[in-house]
Amino acid sequence: MVSDVYPRPFDERRSAAAERGGILGLDPLLLIAALGLIGFGIFSLGEVTGGDIPHNPYFYVIRQAIYAVIGVALMLALARVDYSRFRELRVGLYTAMIGSIILVLLLGQATRGSKRWIELPFFTFQPSELGKVLLVTALAGFAIDRGRRVTERQHTARILLMGFVPAVIVFMQPDLGTAVTYVVITLAILFVAGARWTHFALLGVLLTAAVSAVLVIAPAIGHPVLKGYQQQRLTSFLNPSSDPRDATYQIDQSLIAIGSGAKTGRGADSTQTENGFVPDRTTDFIFSVVGERFGFVGAAFVLSLYALLIWRALRIMTLSKNLYGSLIAGAIAAMFMCQVFVNVGVAIGIMPVTGIPLPLMSFGGSSVVVTLMAIGLLQSIYVQARLTSKSRADLLR
Amino acid sequence: MPAQFALRVAILSGFALVMFSIIFFRLWYLQVLSGEKYLKQARNNQVREITVQAPRGEILDRSGHILVNNRTALALQLQPTDLPHSKKKRQQEFARLGQVVGMPPDEIHKQLRQQTRELPASPVTLKRDVNHDLVYYLQENQAQYPGVSVQNVYVRHYPDGTLGAQILGYAREVTGPQLKEPRYQGVQPGDQVGQAGVENTYDHVLRGVNGMSRVQVDAAGQPTGGVLSQTQPKAGDNLVLSIDNRVQSAGEAALHAFSTPGAFVAMNVRDGEILGLGSSPTYDPSVFTKPRLSQSVVDQVFSNTTGSPYTDRATQGLYPTGSTFKPITAVAALESGVLTPTTTIVDGGSFTEGGITLHNAGGGTYGSLQLPQALQVSSDVFFYNVGANLYFHGGDAQQKWASDLGIGHPTGIDLPGEVAGLLPTPQWRNQLYKDATSPDSPGGTSVVTGDPTDRPWSEGDNVNLAVGQGDLQTNPLQMAVAYAAIANGGDVVRPHVGMAVEDTSGRAVQEIAPAPQRHLEISPQGRQAILQGIHMAAQSPGGTSYAVFGNFPIPMAGKTGTAQRVGQQDQSWYVALAPYPNPQIVIADTIEQGGFGVESAAPVARQILAAYFNVHKQEAKAAGGKVPKQGSIQAGPAAPSGAAGNPY
Repeated sequence: MVSDVYPRPFDERRSAAAERGGILGLDPLLLIAALGLIGFGIFSLGEVTGGDIPHNPYFYVIRQAIYAVIGVALMLALARVDYSRFRELRVGLYTAMIGSIILVLLLGQATRGSKRWIELPFFTFQPSELGKVLLVTALAGFAIDRGRRVTERQHTARILLMGFVPAVIVFMQPDLGTAVTYVVITLAILFVAGARWTHFALLGVLLTAAVSAVLVIAPAIGHPVLKGYQQQRLTSFLNPSSDPRDATYQIDQSLIAIGSGAKTGRGADSTQTENGFVPDRTTDFIFSVVGERFGFVGAAFVLSLYALLIWRALRIMTLSKNLYGSLIAGAIAAMFMCQVFVNVGVAIGIMPVTGIPLPLMSFGGSSVVVTLMAIGLLQSIYVQARLTSKSRADLLR
Repeated sequence: MPAQFALRVAILSGFALVMFSIIFFRLWYLQVLSGEKYLKQARNNQVREITVQAPRGEILDRSGHILVNNRTALALQLQPTDLPHSKKKRQQEFARLGQVVGMPPDEIHKQLRQQTRELPASPVTLKRDVNHDLVYYLQENQAQYPGVSVQNVYVRHYPDGTLGAQILGYAREVTGPQLKEPRYQGVQPGDQVGQAGVENTYDHVLRGVNGMSRVQVDAAGQPTGGVLSQTQPKAGDNLVLSIDNRVQSAGEAALHAFSTPGAFVAMNVRDGEILGLGSSPTYDPSVFTKPRLSQSVVDQVFSNTTGSPYTDRATQGLYPTGSTFKPITAVAALESGVLTPTTTIVDGGSFTEGGITLHNAGGGTYGSLQLPQALQVSSDVFFYNVGANLYFHGGDAQQKWASDLGIGHPTGIDLPGEVAGLLPTPQWRNQLYKDATSPDSPGGTSVVTGDPTDRPWSEGDNVNLAVGQGDLQTNPLQMAVAYAAIANGGDVVRPHVGMAVEDTSGRAVQEIAPAPQRHLEISPQGRQAILQGIHMAAQSPGGTSYAVFGNFPIPMAGKTGTAQRVGQQDQSWYVALAPYPNPQIVIADTIEQGGFGVESAAPVARQILAAYFNVHKQEAKAAGGKVPKQGSIQAGPAAPSGAAGNPY
């Protein structure tokens, strides 16, 4: 189980404030956004996968619901502990993360040419997903370790290195989507922690150089860094009409699915996602299902829930009682933004095909549970903020 | 909140705002503004038009005996566009499929590659006539085999095997260049069209109209149930040939008794209906029903080393005819006035011209001869003199009459690939000579015949042509047409194998009865003298083929021919007309390297006539027993009795 990997224990004190406030003292809007997305995601999965497994129309729904229950339980548990304690465990958290993703590389079972999963008795576990919250909590801890010197170049470089090492490891699995998420988390922590603008400018130049090295120079000298399919996805995105049959097939089918949904959706007549024209429709292309079945109305509804989720994350970032909480909230907000923008962007054809799950909607236990854990962290920051009178004053304003 | 932190929060929020705006406007564009367009694409995506093959019409003989029909076969097919796009998945699928059908995956790959190159529009047929177990297995496990299907296909079936192969021809997928021809308008890539024989000539009759099914499919191309619209295929019409199954069988059986190539034509002398037409060696047209021709089949059917079975020697052969040409010479001589039926020419056994002395083949001497007797014994000396007379008569009466009778140009038969042949004329040879002697000439050899062209037309050319030698090149069909014109009083018929078109219920749609090419005025006396002469040749003692036809129960007429060909043994010819004196049928046949006309070609003609007149087997056998062996023939002319005529 996920919780096995997770460091324990914490004393779960019940706080007076939590009992006074509405639902266990949690942020109600954040809760609504999370539960709404989970619920709508399960509903969409049920609609589209009814005939996938013979004699078992609820195969996906039941599994996703179980993951959601586990995730919500962990979310509530995390909401009740003081996240600040994780700062002390930053070295352990970081080591656990690096250890588990390396373990995947060594032991992991090869699936579709990439190693991302570890087989556990009841479900396959994807450490790189859990690594997202571990990285957030650990890196935020390291970032304020020498809080006064956070503007120094050496410190920026150190945080970058700590974030990029796991990014490179998951990239080698190969899992480009998660690697991108790690990089975004790292940059977000540096950004919120107040790293100098010049550092970001320098970083931008370095990243541009690195990308051109990977895409242009490395293949030219015969040492390509990207796998064939990764390269193909990127280039097919840049030249959409180069090969309508193969490389851009997924994007084309997804565009047709979403576009054909029009204003109010095609309902049960959603042939694009029903008949398998759209690949990976339960995971990477779940948004195509929403777009085709429920049309612009449904897609806008889902997007507004994400907007609510991200707004609450940004808001909690400003409410936090300490910088550690702000860093965590900011990193989680950036992580959600990255995942939503990349996943939806792929589905609507404005991003290259990258396998990133849509938070709370894509089918998959690791992603759902870890996303809910991240929301649990946000709730914890919210609860802790309310416990301080200063924060309470902010809330009453 | 410090100002720096507030700024960064604002930047993050602004980033989120921009991100949601981009997504929102993109969705607005996709769903609200372009929704209709994408909806149309989605609907097209799930519809596949499936062509339902229309069976080609059947081909029947004149009495309704089936020569070609269709059988249905279960064919294991690959639809290349529905196979997995990834090379690895495709290889895995081929490995699974290979195990199930017992084919190495490499072989599947090879077939896929070769067939898509040869027939780019068709599904690739891996195996024909698969069993039903495989059908059920594939249906149950369809998800594992995208692009693999078992289809019921129509396959041309030939109940009589090789019978009539050169007439029937074969149908195969239309080629790229053919698609551009006006006659194949409406034919889709992948459709079968006739490529040879009557399958080709009457393709517009036999070809049906394919049906079309519009069905819903999923991404793997598998039907999901709904048939949106359907048009039924319309089978092609049936073609009734004038071929008489018995005549055709008898002719082919007779030819195949010889190890060397040969050909025959049996034709109604009045309307040009072909009753039988065959060429040996022959081939099995069913080899062309296979989706891919193996090299060994191509070699077997088309190669010269196997005698080129594909070639129809009856319409595409190029041969000198030997003495069978003499009646044609007689017509020319009679009609141009250099000969009358009663003109007497003394056959002293030799003919001298320009210092060269020619003898009767076999060395016989026949004395005073008139035309009928000259034909009866096939006197070469008589016809050498006629040829010389025609030369001195001037002009080209000999060529004009031969040409009018149908020699040296296509007869217009409804079979593809007919050749013109060559009727040598003074103009032709003189032009060759002129070309060969011009300073620009590359050499002194004719590209047409390979003969030396170091001389202009001379008397010797007329003399040679008079007995069917020299540069003459023709085939049994042209000879049949010429003899038919002599027999029917001057109608040069247009031979045809197609007789009628019937729809699938057997109702006649169209009669095929082409008018004669032209009518020639041939004097009745001359005609009678010629017919009488060749009747005596066949059925009077001393006639050249009396040994074969002397006891034939039906009165008939027939002329032997023994053509000399450079570098080969003599070629045997025979042309028969029956019954005498008002013939219905003409038989013309030839056996390459068959020796004397009476030796091989005449017995072939007899077997065909026996089949046509339904002469009892015993009689046929009795007659067959009289066919002289080679030794006795050679002894014949030297025999003191002198009863036998010139066997040549």
